[in-house]
Amino acid sequence: MNKVSFTVNGKKRDYRGEPFKRLLDVLREDFRLTGVKEGCGEGECGACTVLLDGKPVNACIIAVCQVQGRAVETVESLGTPTRLHALQKAFLEEGGAQCGICTPGMLLAAAAHLREGGKTDEDSIRAALGGNLCRCTGYQHIVRSVQKAAELLRPRGRDCGARAAKSPRSARSSGRGKRDRS
Amino acid sequence: MRVLRPMNAEEALTLYAEHPSALPMAGGTDLMVAFNGGRLNGREVLDLSALKEWTDIEFLPDRARIGALCTHARIESHPGVLKRLPLLAQACASVGAIQIRNRGTLGGNLANASPAGDSFPALAVYEAQVVAVSAQGGRTIPIRELFAGVKKTTLQPGELIAGVEVPLFKREPQRAVFRKVGSRRAQTISKAVAAGLLWVRAGKVEELRFALGSVAPTVRRAAKIEEFLRGRALSESVVEQSCAMLEEEISPIDDVRSTRAYRLGVCRGILRALLSSGQKG
Repeated sequence: MNKVSFTVNGKKRDYRGEPFKRLLDVLREDFRLTGVKEGCGEGECGACTVLLDGKPVNACIIAVCQVQGRAVETVESLGTPTRLHALQKAFLEEGGAQCGICTPGMLLAAAAHLREGGKTDEDSIRAALGGNLCRCTGYQHIVRSVQKAAELLRPRGRDCGARAAKSPRSARSSGRGKRDRS
Repeated sequence: MRVLRPMNAEEALTLYAEHPSALPMAGGTDLMVAFNGGRLNGREVLDLSALKEWTDIEFLPDRARIGALCTHARIESHPGVLKRLPLLAQACASVGAIQIRNRGTLGGNLANASPAGDSFPALAVYEAQVVAVSAQGGRTIPIRELFAGVKKTTLQPGELIAGVEVPLFKREPQRAVFRKVGSRRAQTISKAVAAGLLWVRAGKVEELRFALGSVAPTVRRAAKIEEFLRGRALSESVVEQSCAMLEEEISPIDDVRSTRAYRLGVCRGILRALLSSGQKG
C-alpha cells in the first residue's frame, strides 16, 4: 500500500511513503518538479493544475494513492527552454505571464483544451480557463496568448503536447521526438 | 490517516462493513479540502478510486443508469445524457471548473449532501432513484428521501451509493429549465440553483416539476405550486400566484453567499420564466 506506481511525463515512477500525501507535494518534493505551484490549496485557483490521463485536475486535492497506474503530466513536459511549446512561445510574445505563479496551470489547462480540439473564441477559452485564477489579473493577455498558440499550431499542423497522437491535428505532426525532461 | 483501498466493489463493501466509520472517498474534491484543513486527522478513508464498477452510463428502454463514480465531466458530455436528460448534463456542466468536474463524481456529490449540490434539482425533477448497496444487499432510495438535512443523508452504516437510476419520459416535456445563480460562472457555490420541467396539453398545465437548491437545508420540490398548477391555464395571474407561493416552499437564509430576499427573488424569476409563454426551455 505504501508504494504508488504511476507515470510522470511519460516516465514510470514509484512513490513510497504516506498514501495520503498530496499529489502536489509528491511532484514538488519527491520528484522535484517545481513547475507545479501551490496557490489556494483547496481546489479553487488552479495553480497546481496538472494533467491526469490527459485531463486537467488540481494536484492539491488529489491524494497520491489515487493516481496508482495513471499518467500525470506537468508543465515540465510541455516544452524546454530551447524548444518551447507553442503555448509557451505565445505566452512570452503576448505577455501572458506576469508574476508567473498561475502560468504552469494556465498552460496545462490551455494545452488540454487545445488538444481536445476546443474552440478558440474568447468565451470558449475563458470557460476552459475558468478554474485558473491570475491574481495579476492578466486575463486578456492570457486569452490572447492561447488564441495565438492555436494559430501557431494550426497552419503547420504541429502537435499540441506530449501525448496528442490521437488528435487529427497531430496526425500531420512532423514528430518532434520525445520531449520529456523529467 | 489510514487509507483502505479496495480493488473492487465487493471488497469495498466488506471493508466498509468492517470499518463503518471510514469516510468513503470518490474524486476527493470535497474530502481533500477537509483533509488539507486538518479536519480529518486520525480518520480512516475508504478510497474508491480503484473500482472499475459504478463507472458506467447505460440507457435502458425505460431508464438510465449512471454509476456513482462517473465524473461530472463524463456525464455532461455523454450523448445520451445530453439528449434525454439535458438538465442533468447542464447541472453537471455547472459544477466547479473543469479541474473539479474531471474528479468530482455524481455519487460523491450526493453523499456529501450539501444544500448547494448542483446536480440535485435536476435529479429531483427527473425523480431519480439512488441505488444504495451494502455487504447485506441493496435498495433504492427515491431522491426526495436521500437527504436528511445539511450534509446528512439517510444512508445506513455500511451503505455506499452505487449509482442512480433515472426514469425516462414517454412524452418529453414542452419546456425545461436549469439555472445556477452564483457570483461568477466558474467555481462558484450556488446562491440558488433550479431545475424545472413543464408538460402542457391543450393550453393547460399537465404537469410541472420544479426543484430548488441552496434555498433550504436540502433540495426542495415546489410541491404546492406543482399541485396548484395542475390543469390550469398559464394566465398572467396564475403565474404570479405561483411565484407568490414560492415563499411557502423554501426557506432561504442570509449567509455569506447571498440574502434571503435575493434568493427568493431569483427563484421567482426562474419560475416565472419557465411558466411564461413565449419562453422556450
